[in-house]
Amino acid sequence: MTSLPALPTAKKLGLVIDLDVCVGCHACVVNCKEWNTGGYGAALSDQRPYGADVSGAWLNRVHSFEVMPEGGEIIGEVGEARIVHFPKSCLHCADAPCVTVCPTGASYKRTEDGIVLVDEEKCIGCGLCAWSCPYGAREMDLAAGVMKKCTLCIDRIYNETLEEVDRQPACVRTCPANARHFGDLGDPSSSVSIMVAERGGIDLMPEQGTRPVNKYLPPRPRTPLAESAHQLAKGEDTSGATGFFAWLDGMLDRI
Amino acid sequence: MHPAASIIAFTVLSGVGYGLAAVLGLGLLDPTAIATKVAHISALALISVGLLSSTLHLGNPQRAWRAFSQWRSSWLSREGGLSVLAFLPLIVSAWFCVIEGRYLAPIGLVGSVLSLATVFCTSMIYTSLKSVQAWHTRLTPVCYLLFALAGGTLLGGMFGAAGGGSVTVVLVFALVLLIAAWAAKIAWLRNLDSLNPLSTPESATGLGAIGRVRLFERPHVTENYLTNEMGFRVARKHSAKLRKLALLLGGLLPGALVFLVLAALLAGAGTGATAVLALAAAVFSHIVGMLSERWLFFAEARHAVMNYYGG
Repeated sequence: MTSLPALPTAKKLGLVIDLDVCVGCHACVVNCKEWNTGGYGAALSDQRPYGADVSGAWLNRVHSFEVMPEGGEIIGEVGEARIVHFPKSCLHCADAPCVTVCPTGASYKRTEDGIVLVDEEKCIGCGLCAWSCPYGAREMDLAAGVMKKCTLCIDRIYNETLEEVDRQPACVRTCPANARHFGDLGDPSSSVSIMVAERGGIDLMPEQGTRPVNKYLPPRPRTPLAESAHQLAKGEDTSGATGFFAWLDGMLDRI
Repeated sequence: MHPAASIIAFTVLSGVGYGLAAVLGLGLLDPTAIATKVAHISALALISVGLLSSTLHLGNPQRAWRAFSQWRSSWLSREGGLSVLAFLPLIVSAWFCVIEGRYLAPIGLVGSVLSLATVFCTSMIYTSLKSVQAWHTRLTPVCYLLFALAGGTLLGGMFGAAGGGSVTVVLVFALVLLIAAWAAKIAWLRNLDSLNPLSTPESATGLGAIGRVRLFERPHVTENYLTNEMGFRVARKHSAKLRKLALLLGGLLPGALVFLVLAALLAGAGTGATAVLALAAAVFSHIVGMLSERWLFFAEARHAVMNYYGG
């Protein structure tokens, strides 16, 4: 059971996350928690929710990083650095180390669509799968004593009682910026695969050998600050003014 | 990595217990002596206490039996299965020694092999994790096996000195194994100190193509399961002191005591109460040293996920 599927799964359901678009609003984080606390498996418990050191199990979190380009210029008080908001949830890896380390068979990867799941009836809460995951995709539910992880909203995507538009993971459905996309990354003609091909989608930590299904679209190149600074300097030169502005320029000079 | 007391106690106690069981399986101690009978029971007790303490960190220990099922892929499952399997020859050996005062070579040797195989599986649980680079080296199982055998021969030497048997042989083994174990451990520590991180914030975010990546904000202001479990940091000055303490108590002091007892034995002295007390002190010191060594094994290891948490 905890062996990975013998052959690569044909269908690879997963997410594509556009780092150029994410504004870091955490709506996906909140909707993920909201949906999954009432859906598949044990509720996502919180510890001391009204105390000083709140903690709890979440399946999706948004980190924010500062990226400083090589030789990035500092213009005035503004650095060349840019902030990238970085949502992170289970990547449903093809070579998921969390599956093979599981001693009970609770952790498994589905052959039909590649989704990595935990059978909470079998999980003993040893935590080894969380140790084996380099991405921190798994968090223990301390109240239920079982491991929780992103299910790709398996109780939404195949749920025919929902309207078709809602048969998407909660994080994707709720993203107000449309930074998250859901689809079959095993199908090269799917919209997500095309997006990955066009934008040069990347794997996180490829050196860990996990072959993640989820892809991240890197932020698009940005105009260097130096060019904008050049524009600012131009603002002092009024020699190019014509018509009404030339007259106003002259009048203001004379006063 | 968070150094959980239950796992440290488990790996140290069951390590020493399996080491002692492996030594007893060789039949070097006199099976009719009371001390050897106590040794058999001690080995089983150490292993059992270790295994029981390992279940303390489980979220649902009542389902622990399920952990025997996935031996094809999981080192944790293999360890669980072998630990139970090893009990069979160990209990039979203990029975023959305690009740009948006999040593049965075939069952004893099977017990030795299964004991060491269990320790090997324990070490492979850690070794197999690519996400914790410090552990992901062949030196990890070497250290675990040698430390288990060193502790086992030390204990075996103590019981031998109290009861009877080839004490000199066991003590020579103890000295050699202590030196070998610490040589392996020092190589392991050198490997740890010289590691180039396999994963970096740049590779973790895939943003390395743009430039240098630094955590700006964590996803939340308080700690979570991941930072509690994997974000443990130990101050460099403390780890340096603890390493020295581990070497002193776990290696140098017991080694010196064994050497003194060996010298006295070779000089023709008998195995009196002084020898037993000196070896008991060596065993105690070694176990305290191993607790420190095992604490550092966890505390000094950095998990790849910390690339997302600025740690």
